[in-house]
Amino acid sequence: MSELTTLTAAELSAKLTSGEVSAVEATQAHLDRIAAVDGDIHAFLATDSDASLAAARAVDERRAAGEQLGELAGVPLAIKDVLVTTDMPSTSGSKILEGYRSPFDATVVAKARAAGLINIGKTNMDEFAMGSATENSAYGPTFNPWALDRVPGGSGGGSAAAVSAFEAPLALGSDTGGSIRQPAALTGTVGAKPTYGGVSRYGAIALASSLDQVGPCARTVLDTALLHDVVAGHDRHDATSLNHAWPSMAAAARDGVDPASLKGLRVGVIKQLQLPGMQPGVKERFDETVALLTAQGVEVVEIDAPHFEYAVAAYYLILPSEASSNLAKYDSVRFGLRVEPEGGGTIESVMSATRGAGLGPEVKRRIILGTYALSAGYYDAYYGSAQKVRTLIQRDFAAAFSQVDVIVSPTAPTTAWNIGHVNEDPMQDYLNDATTIPANLAGIPGLSLPIGTASEDGLPVGLQLMAPAFEDARLYRAASAIESLITARDGKPFWAQAPSLVSASTGKAAA
Amino acid sequence: MSETPAAENAAPEITAETVQHLAGLARIALTDAEVEGLTFELDSILTNIAKVSEVATDDIPATSHPIPLSNVTRVDEVADVLTREQALANAPATADGMFRVSSILGEEQ
Repeated sequence: MSELTTLTAAELSAKLTSGEVSAVEATQAHLDRIAAVDGDIHAFLATDSDASLAAARAVDERRAAGEQLGELAGVPLAIKDVLVTTDMPSTSGSKILEGYRSPFDATVVAKARAAGLINIGKTNMDEFAMGSATENSAYGPTFNPWALDRVPGGSGGGSAAAVSAFEAPLALGSDTGGSIRQPAALTGTVGAKPTYGGVSRYGAIALASSLDQVGPCARTVLDTALLHDVVAGHDRHDATSLNHAWPSMAAAARDGVDPASLKGLRVGVIKQLQLPGMQPGVKERFDETVALLTAQGVEVVEIDAPHFEYAVAAYYLILPSEASSNLAKYDSVRFGLRVEPEGGGTIESVMSATRGAGLGPEVKRRIILGTYALSAGYYDAYYGSAQKVRTLIQRDFAAAFSQVDVIVSPTAPTTAWNIGHVNEDPMQDYLNDATTIPANLAGIPGLSLPIGTASEDGLPVGLQLMAPAFEDARLYRAASAIESLITARDGKPFWAQAPSLVSASTGKAAA
Repeated sequence: MSETPAAENAAPEITAETVQHLAGLARIALTDAEVEGLTFELDSILTNIAKVSEVATDDIPATSHPIPLSNVTRVDEVADVLTREQALANAPATADGMFRVSSILGEEQ
């Protein structure tokens, strides 16, 4: 593995700025890494080395011409396939959009390009971001770099696996109910869900518009913050975009590096997020991290959030309802798949045949559920009640944040599970998202960072941090301090403990 | 509380006919096996999520949007225009610079 792929984005950016490394060299090193390991990981749905290298050459030329470039100029970026791109296809993991080429870039992609980041490829995901394992992708699953027989989490399993496997130092994801944070936890990487509206959703193929939020993924807190700074900010193309003067997340991460910065911080532990089915090794690591915080002079407060037990129920009404409406656009007319029923038929039968053939089982399940929840006679009882639960959860958070600065929980109740493990009842899978869903319902920011491995299986465990809306910087400051504590405990950064995948090309699990 | 039947904790039973009706509304052609699977799954999911009505009392306002914004406007000017070629580039079928679709009306209409 080339040394260039094991650098953090911050380190690589320093070498690019000094001229020690060119953007073409950095890009080629990552393309080589993808060629070497992605046959086993399947983090990417599309790559285009010509397009990536051309973008890299353009950055090198601009730098050579003396142009003042952004801090991350020349750094490769993996992009979740939910974000539309002009230079590579965008499918959102669905057959119904196979080969789709967007005529425009998502705002976050445009901002990344303007900052000189290099699109290194589009990453795999659960179809339309519906899932927690990336097994619902119409193009096959992604494999966890820590153990190739395990899932990488989802829906953004491709982005998380790509950074975990050193195929890219940075990636973009989207988080509707945990799709950035949970894969980060399961792959030993960092991921942040910004405050709702903090990052533009324009060009993010919509799942549930009142919950969706685009955000950054990386191997370190600082790298995640650097990418956050590139993509954040108001966008006139997104009516829910916030016009807010965001402080630099990278500055907050740098501020927090010294664990002494934690002194006096009030941290809440929510009783209802200590799920009954939590894996012992996850609980062990979480308790150990809370003890590390206490030793730093953090005040830990137990918090009661009585309505959190209704969060999953509310989420699985709001999400399918909004999704059933958003996904009505896949109608075989303007773009995407068209399937003609035998003997032809009216446009309506073509539409039904197309959606029957082009959408996967989980997508159908949620569209049907959403159609039910929105139908006359049930709307008030289901969708209306779910929106009221949303108010109650916001109130629980408001009460919590009147006592503490930051809330912590395990990001996910378990480590990565085996690929192919199927729960007969989908509700069991849904309940696993109970830790991450409340932040989406309330619109507040959340971040996951690795805090060690579970003793029973040696797989990564993630810590979730949550802060009030607009206080994303607070998360980066605290996460950076916790990352320093974990690095000091282990004697090396967590990402450096990831399997090198040297045996990956032989098809053997590296872990 | 709401007057709809689903306000009760026990969700109404989902039948194969319900699923077929919903699939028709959502324009998704389902196989018999899919209808059978969805009938079971939807019933289980609804039993679990109907609990939202336990706490959603009349005095709680609904939240449609996590960070409330009002009167979001923009300057009324032409921008981000796609050419006709761009707009049609991903279409399954086109004719004379337009989207081409099957007949809108069936014989019985």
